[in-house]
Amino acid sequence: MVFETLQVSIIIMNKEKIIQVEKLTKTFGNFTAVKGITFDVYKGEIFGFLGANGAGKTTAMKMLIGISNPTSGKAIVAGLDVATQSDLVKMNIGYMSQKFSLYDDLTVNENITFFGGIYGLSRKQIKEKSIQLVEELEMQNVANNLVGALPLGWKQKLSFSVALLHEPKIVFLDEPTGGVDPITRRQFWEMIYTQAHKGTTIFVTTHYMDEAEYCDRVSIMVDGVIEALDTPKNLKQQFKVNSMNDVFLKLARNIE
Amino acid sequence: MKIILFIIQKEFKQIFRNKSMLPIIFILPLLQLVILSNAASFEVKNIKFSYVDHDHSAASRELIRTFQSSDYFDIIAEFPSKKEANLQMQKGNVDVILEIPIHFERNLIKQNYTNLSVSINAIDGAAAGVSNVYITQIISSFNQSIKMRLQIYNQGNEVQPENILTIPSFWYNKNLNYKIFMVPGILVLIVTMLSLFLSSMNIVREKEMGTLEQINVTPIKKHQFIIGKLFPFWILGLVILTVGLIIAKVLFNVPILGNIFLIYLFTSIYLILILGIGLFISNHTETQQQAMFIAWFFTVIFILMSGLFTPIESMPSWAQKVTLLNPIRYFVEVIRMVMLKGAGFNDIKSQLVIIAIYAFAINGFAVWSYKKTN
Repeated sequence: MVFETLQVSIIIMNKEKIIQVEKLTKTFGNFTAVKGITFDVYKGEIFGFLGANGAGKTTAMKMLIGISNPTSGKAIVAGLDVATQSDLVKMNIGYMSQKFSLYDDLTVNENITFFGGIYGLSRKQIKEKSIQLVEELEMQNVANNLVGALPLGWKQKLSFSVALLHEPKIVFLDEPTGGVDPITRRQFWEMIYTQAHKGTTIFVTTHYMDEAEYCDRVSIMVDGVIEALDTPKNLKQQFKVNSMNDVFLKLARNIE
Repeated sequence: MKIILFIIQKEFKQIFRNKSMLPIIFILPLLQLVILSNAASFEVKNIKFSYVDHDHSAASRELIRTFQSSDYFDIIAEFPSKKEANLQMQKGNVDVILEIPIHFERNLIKQNYTNLSVSINAIDGAAAGVSNVYITQIISSFNQSIKMRLQIYNQGNEVQPENILTIPSFWYNKNLNYKIFMVPGILVLIVTMLSLFLSSMNIVREKEMGTLEQINVTPIKKHQFIIGKLFPFWILGLVILTVGLIIAKVLFNVPILGNIFLIYLFTSIYLILILGIGLFISNHTETQQQAMFIAWFFTVIFILMSGLFTPIESMPSWAQKVTLLNPIRYFVEVIRMVMLKGAGFNDIKSQLVIIAIYAFAINGFAVWSYKKTN
């Protein structure tokens, strides 16, 4: 146990920071959704971004992916400032939202073509990628079916692969497994692991505490503030509980 | 440019895949063109005509015969008294009551002067106006013929009958074919409505589905996205115009006296303006329902103030000024000028310049107000 923790920290120390967040704040009128959060994410890690509903996770994430301007503070993603270089940031990241966001009225292949196209891939590259991707997902039989007709689990896996089409350095996943069955959830996390092994940084929000256990490091956000940030193991030790579920409950309850 | 092509490809796929939208886009507008062009006319026919004849003379009978021989009047009834006739008008059974006074003929001959009373049901003011003109014309022609006859009766004596008062009217042209006049105008409405509605609901639809967020996370540029989104509707607008022109020519035999390319030149700039308005609506609404109502608000104002159904000259002066901002007004003017009068480039130049300036301003504003981040 001690050995494992050590190993994790060594890995972290050797890796460069790919996301640097400093006093990031977002205010809507009188309401401050994100209250000056500060944290770093390292290259190649799976970073769990946890929090209760309304804690400010999605707002914080929207600032990191460049679709929401910070009220104050700074965020550097892939070496680029989100406030001033958002289009360059977008070139380097992939994003998959909790709301399924491929086109239901296009086929699997057409969705791949479209998203590949707007990321600037050539027709030849897109063709190769589609074949490879459809094969990996074992969707050969449905490649020319409308995406709207696929089961949710398949859609989410496809959505994840599409977010990776342009080989981004970081992928942001906003509750990617919401409403998906346990088997598909498992497969989905296998995909995440595979991708992390290739060196892609994974930034993921989730409400499933078993998934939090799969992350390298986890932050827990409560009321716009990051209350805890460490490896799942250290967090459990720190709060003297046996599961991430209890860590989460303890933090959320303290606030109430 | 390459990225724009990917968006255009996707848009066309979505348009043609939507089996319920296709007939709405292509069939309904053309049905509208056929139906409205046949129905929308200022002509008033089958006017329900009644009369009260207190005179029962040769002259009064002749006057009524003139009305009988006209295509526009259906002689419904003769009433013994004005009171009874009024009752029927209140019930809506008659539109016009002509009352011929007692001694009508005698006064005409002796005093060269008499009065007629005409009551017109003016619930529909426009129709009443037209009826009034018809009646005036019939009475004035009756006046002419009775004059001749009086002169014959009174041969030798110098008679200058001035008699029945009529209001001269020049604006009504009996030979004017309303369809030829209306078809180009209605075609303008259809092209405008279709492109405005489709474009205003297009981007907001992606907002509703959540795909816009996905687009906003990509490095796509604003102008690429907007051009890619609107270009297909620009093409659709021109296609509808083409089909409409063919229907106008084949079905309604509307002449195209001017150069047809002038119409296309004008329409292609005009469509950029309309799509810009649609984009602007799309940017500032959250649901397709909101977009629909706002598009509808503009469409109704544009149509009613376009000069298509009511002449701009008869609007109050503030409203006339407002019509200067109405794009449909210019398109209606131009399409009628080119098709019916054979206008050339120089004749439509001013309208073209105005529309181009509007198109530039509205699109600039719409692109500026489209935000990938907020």
